[in-house]
Amino acid sequence: MTGWTRQDIPRARSAVTEPVAAGMEAFAQSWASAIIGTSYVPMTKAEVVEHLRGLTELLVEALLADTFRTSAAHEVGIRLVEAHFTGTETLDRTVQLMGDELLSELGRDGEPHLRSRIAALQGSLSAGYAQSLRERTLDEQEAIREAVLDARDHAEAALRASEARFRAVFAEAAIGMGISDTDGNILEVNQSLQDMLGYPASELRQRNLRSLMHPADAESVWGYYEQLLHGERDHFRVEKRFNRRDGQAVWTHLTISLVRDDDGQPAYQVAMVEDVTDRHLLQNRLRYQALHDPLTTLPNRALFLERLSKAFDGAAGTRIGLCYLDLDGFKVINDSLGHDIGDQLLVAVANRLDESVAGDGRLVARMGGDEFVILIEGSTGTQSIVDIADRVLDSLTAPVRIDGHELSVSASIGLVEREINGTTSADLMRDSDITLYWAKADGKSRWALYDPERNAREVARFTLSATMPAALERDEFYVDYQPLVRLEDSKVLGVEALVRWQHPEFGRLAPDRFIELAEETGLIVPLGRWVLRSACQQARRWMDEFGDATPFVSVNLAVRQSRDPALVNDVKSILEEFALPPHLLQLELTESAIMGTADEPLEALRQLSGMGVRIAIDDFGTGYSNLAYLKHLPVHELKIAGSFMEGMRAADGADPVDSKIVSTLVSLAHALGLTVTAEGVETPSQAERLRKIGCDAGQGWLFARPGPPHQIEVLF
Amino acid sequence: MERPEIDLRSASVARIFDYYLGGAHNFAVDRVLADAAAKLMPELPRMMQLHRRFLARAMRYLVEQGVTQFLDLGSGLPTAGGSAELARRLDPSSRVVLVDNDPAVIAHGTHMLDSANTAVVLGDICEPDLVLGHPETRRLLDFDQPVGLLLVGVLDFVGDVALPQVIARYRDAAAPGSHIVLTNFSVEGGLEDYQRTEQLYRDNTTIDFHPRSAAEVTELLAGFDLAEPGVVDISLWRPEAVEDLDEHPERSAAYVAVGRKP
Ligand SMILES: C[S@@+](CC[C@H](N)C(=O)[O-])C[C@H]1O[C@@H](n2cnc3c(N)ncnc32)[C@H](O)[C@@H]1O
Repeated sequence: MTGWTRQDIPRARSAVTEPVAAGMEAFAQSWASAIIGTSYVPMTKAEVVEHLRGLTELLVEALLADTFRTSAAHEVGIRLVEAHFTGTETLDRTVQLMGDELLSELGRDGEPHLRSRIAALQGSLSAGYAQSLRERTLDEQEAIREAVLDARDHAEAALRASEARFRAVFAEAAIGMGISDTDGNILEVNQSLQDMLGYPASELRQRNLRSLMHPADAESVWGYYEQLLHGERDHFRVEKRFNRRDGQAVWTHLTISLVRDDDGQPAYQVAMVEDVTDRHLLQNRLRYQALHDPLTTLPNRALFLERLSKAFDGAAGTRIGLCYLDLDGFKVINDSLGHDIGDQLLVAVANRLDESVAGDGRLVARMGGDEFVILIEGSTGTQSIVDIADRVLDSLTAPVRIDGHELSVSASIGLVEREINGTTSADLMRDSDITLYWAKADGKSRWALYDPERNAREVARFTLSATMPAALERDEFYVDYQPLVRLEDSKVLGVEALVRWQHPEFGRLAPDRFIELAEETGLIVPLGRWVLRSACQQARRWMDEFGDATPFVSVNLAVRQSRDPALVNDVKSILEEFALPPHLLQLELTESAIMGTADEPLEALRQLSGMGVRIAIDDFGTGYSNLAYLKHLPVHELKIAGSFMEGMRAADGADPVDSKIVSTLVSLAHALGLTVTAEGVETPSQAERLRKIGCDAGQGWLFARPGPPHQIEVLF
Repeated sequence: MERPEIDLRSASVARIFDYYLGGAHNFAVDRVLADAAAKLMPELPRMMQLHRRFLARAMRYLVEQGVTQFLDLGSGLPTAGGSAELARRLDPSSRVVLVDNDPAVIAHGTHMLDSANTAVVLGDICEPDLVLGHPETRRLLDFDQPVGLLLVGVLDFVGDVALPQVIARYRDAAAPGSHIVLTNFSVEGGLEDYQRTEQLYRDNTTIDFHPRSAAEVTELLAGFDLAEPGVVDISLWRPEAVEDLDEHPERSAAYVAVGRKP
């Protein structure tokens, strides 16, 4: 259409005379000069001149033709445009040149009819030019418009396709998506998000993102959002809870991104919301399982310890209380009725505990087995947890019915209550454990309150028993002696060996501080053997010095010792070691050690007695005192407990009951052929009374306090 | 490549160029802007014609050097005297690929050009790999044979890229004996006018105007042996007629050069 095509201009058929030819050439040349540059023509000047030559010929032919027709000029106008002579000045100059120069160049200046023909040709050329230019312009306009529209359609189609794709992605995405403006007003939401939140799009579109704030949101969520609003952050990802329209909670991973326009200004916010509720619930369930006891559903040890350590984050001065609880005799129930019933009992107890103490700041947890613990955060003092312990004990008084069994349960509780500063969770746990033990030891079905002094004592006891074996090796023990004096003439018949401990830390310790401990630990056996040996050695020394006046040594035999199978041999070898006559050794046993015993120890006593060793019953009258039994025992002496001396203290008006008992004991003993020594004799009147009753000997401060051998032997 | 807006309401370089050349492939927006620019720089329409004349001379030179395939980068509308038509006139067997980033230019070209030896490619000349790798480019041009790289009236609108590297990429892809034909408005000539023109363009359109110095233009031609007379004013490159001459060639309104890859 607009392509420039080179066309051969048909040459005029008529014979052109020389002067006319020259004139045409001259005209074509000036024509070219006049219009070149009026518009861009993709031709060289020579080509332009060539082109215009043809057009000049057409014009001249028409001008000079016999029959005048203007159509050739019309054609010339068209061909100018075709050659891309489209400038506004092209026609102007052409028309002007035709009028000014054509006739004169042809040498026909003076011919009026030619002048009027020129005018006609000018008109026709102008019309042809104008018509052609108009057509060309319309063509080109049409072409470019079509091109632009095409291109736009194309681009729009591409855009539509890609928009459609995005629409589809947005609409169909399984992840919830929403778009809001820079103020957070929601503009678009996809189906997933509607489903997730339970709101229709129409409703969500009337809301602002901020209205989806949830009280459980971490502060950071909205902090990040503010930064996003201010363009300081381009996106963030958080965990967030939403409330569904039906009130249910949805847990999500939320990503909000800022979309900027071409100038970098915030334009939209895009939210992507992934529903992780299931995962969250599963995690919660797993966490719940990890932190709760499956049987009772109470918090377990792990959760308790977590809460306990958190409780220490409180302000200074905050108090904390712990009830450590253990069922009494649970093992018996378990063993006799079976685990099933045992488990049901635990569940019932757990429920009662929970009901009786549950509340703010109180956590009831099962520590394992039949142990429970109650944590009281922010307690207000000892009384507050004592109250709780009472309530717990109360709640357990009613029997528990399980499978037709009426089970009575009770519990022992250790209580600790103190300020959080200066203590640790480990301290609390240990102290409550100790205290629980006290409650058990004190008789069960009760609470015990942690008592630092009692604890110190126990710690000391523990320290003693722990250091005793080493003390024995290091010779920290020694023996004091106290005489047994014949009431008749004050002659020293025997001396009781009393062991002492010179403790490096606690100083001189009397037997009551450590004998019981030694019995518990079993150390009494070696210790007793050591005392026995020391006493025998001492007796041997006295024998060497005092001959026949030597008193016997009386050595205490602990229950455990009396049952020691090696006892007889030990005694025998010690006597032999010091060549000590057996009658210079007396062994003192408590009533209970002798009475309640089985045959073997008795047999041992018989053997000892048979060897000539004296056997005495210590502290007689305080225990079982089966007098009838006495006659079957290989016993030589009774030692009457010091407690009977109380009533015989005063000179007159003495307690007739005590006197009567003592007198009965004495006559009974004598009837059995036993001698009697009264312990704890402190006053002369007591001694006198005892003498009158017929008691053989006395022991006590009146005669001498226990002391080292050199202080005692002066009395022999 | 950023997809340029197809918008009848904004002017286009290609249509303004057509208007200056006397064509009617333009709209009122183009003409208003073109007239305004021409008021600031009355020689603009003539400059455009000089560009076309230079293109014609340069292409004839290339054909004389044996180059018959052309990659016209920033071709504009394929109207009268465009590279496609010139090539056909110079050697009917020659092949031309027109590249432009104006979708309307491409649409127009698709309508106008029916020759099997011509193709239009929508693309940004600053992405040589996409242009060179385009199936149409591959189909028409044989890169084992010399190619004419035409960069006429286009670099004036390309800035903010590492242009020397872009051109080097085309150069490297071309066979020895290939030629480059390049024009760029000059910063030296009528600087103030250009700045005003630049401002005009910027105020009215998204058209960026980047005139360059002789040194910058020379830098773009690295790796090419320059044909005589080197980097010169547009009217001084082998002029053949008075019409080829600028009225003030000493002003160096635009630089041109033709180079050969050795
Ligand atoms: C002045 S015009 C056409 C010039 C043409 N080469 C001539 O000499 O007739 C410039 C053309 O370059 C195009 N153009 C501008 N920047 C371009 C780019 N980065 N990539 C491709 N074409 C571009 C414009 O769309 C416009 O059509």
